[in-house]
Amino acid sequence: MSALAAETVEMTPILAARGVGHAYGDFLACRDVSFDLYPGEVLGIVGESGSGKTTLLKCLSGHLEPTEGEVGFAVRDGEMRLLGEMGEPERRALARTDWAFVHQNPRDGLRMSVSAGANIGERLMANGHRHYGNIREAALEWLAKVEIDAERIDDLPRTFSGGMQQRLQIARNLVTGPRLVFMDEPTGGLDVSVQARLLDLLRGLVQRLGLSAIVVTHDLAVARLLSTRLMVMQGGRVIEAGLTDQVLEDPQAPYSQLLVSSVLQV
Amino acid sequence: MTATGPLPGYNFAYLNEQTKRMIRRALLKAVAIPGYQVPFASREMPMPYGWGTGGMQVTASILMPDDTLKVIDQGADDTTNAVSIRNFFAKTAAVETTTATAQASVIQTRHRIPEEPLREDQILVYQVPIPEPLRFLEPRETETRKMHALSEYGLMHVKLYEDIARYGHIATTYAYPVEVDGRYVMDPSPTPKFDNPKMDDCAALQLFGAGREKRIYAIPPYTKVISLDFDDYPFEVQTWEEACGLCGARDSYLDEVILDDRGGRLFCCSDTDFCEKRRAMGYRGAMSGEPQEAAE
Repeated sequence: MSALAAETVEMTPILAARGVGHAYGDFLACRDVSFDLYPGEVLGIVGESGSGKTTLLKCLSGHLEPTEGEVGFAVRDGEMRLLGEMGEPERRALARTDWAFVHQNPRDGLRMSVSAGANIGERLMANGHRHYGNIREAALEWLAKVEIDAERIDDLPRTFSGGMQQRLQIARNLVTGPRLVFMDEPTGGLDVSVQARLLDLLRGLVQRLGLSAIVVTHDLAVARLLSTRLMVMQGGRVIEAGLTDQVLEDPQAPYSQLLVSSVLQV
Repeated sequence: MTATGPLPGYNFAYLNEQTKRMIRRALLKAVAIPGYQVPFASREMPMPYGWGTGGMQVTASILMPDDTLKVIDQGADDTTNAVSIRNFFAKTAAVETTTATAQASVIQTRHRIPEEPLREDQILVYQVPIPEPLRFLEPRETETRKMHALSEYGLMHVKLYEDIARYGHIATTYAYPVEVDGRYVMDPSPTPKFDNPKMDDCAALQLFGAGREKRIYAIPPYTKVISLDFDDYPFEVQTWEEACGLCGARDSYLDEVILDDRGGRLFCCSDTDFCEKRRAMGYRGAMSGEPQEAAE
């Protein structure tokens, strides 16, 4: 009985895309993308540069209005709402509560002119928190979670290393307990050992908090470690989709095969 | 018109009537939406930007021939900026000018609110350099407008958070952000936060003009004005250990004046009219050079 109940809960997608496409003028950057994302699931989107991954992510996260198709998001009371029909105030409210967006370049996602603590506290203050002590406590807690020394709380992000900035950005995004995290190349531009630690951290957080996430990456290793499902994109279309292991172990589309076989073996 | 009359060849109070109408329309809108920054077609004034061109345009638009004008600069009636603007309107509008707060019907100010409580028949005009309170945290004007429209003011507290994190208390001492009428967050121009409580429930109409930034905003009489703060770090105004050296006042905003190169300094009221009035009433401070007969 309980298993069945759990199953029915699981069966309601948190995000649904139907025929999503976006054109920049005459150029179709992505087209006809449909999928359901279920709570607790991590969807990886891989593909070469220019395959439309980032455009798709922007459409899904409400940064860009899709020129075709629609995106639905299950708000907290369980109702599926279309992003296109929400007003901007509602979308912005979602973006600072239920959603999180981790940019490839931490400088795009952080407020570089204020301290690490203020960066983490900003979302809390935006949601009406007005108690300094509590905000500071939450900031310290999250610094610990992303393995940044508590002493750095009053330092500006520009004094942080690239990996620390990225971890700070993650902390800043997760502090309000979002239900869906969008990540655009979260490990891009970091050296390999830092990448590994960050991935480890992300995987732990995603599992511990039961987050749903959509991760755009061109790095198959990232996709393999983080995501439960994978979509392979080429030329703006999804050419293959399925469970991560399935796609990577037994790629069907010629491009997926090329992608998997071109990973460097050390 | 008085016998001396305004300068020939100029319209009353310098600006032409169409310009004044345009500014008055902006003022009406500003009064109707307290704290909202109304764009207006700011004009060139015979003075550099940053010297109070916004305040002057507002003053010029509301001035009537029988008004009495007072102009203060950091509370003082006798500094260059205040003297020049006062002379300008004495010449172009031939209005009466005064230094006494109680006698003025229009008071143009750069950054202070007179110590003496204002009345319903008075208008306070502020000169504003930067009207956007969110500017230094969010430089994009498109974004700050959206934030105002949606009342997304969390960012303002980020600034106050930074203050406490760095200095242990809210170290913003001027241009301290306020929430007007429970809706718009407003920059009260660089007035010291000492004056913020005077804006709340003030009997006089308060008008703000930013010439370079082309914005006008207002606080209608008896409007609720709240200074932003944290629950555990409430808003506080500055206090001084000293009393005014000239008049002995302990409840006014004090300026520190360096007297010599041996550490000699004088604290005195920044509101010169307030200070003079008290001295005329017989109050004396420790450095007035006269016996302290009526000290508190």
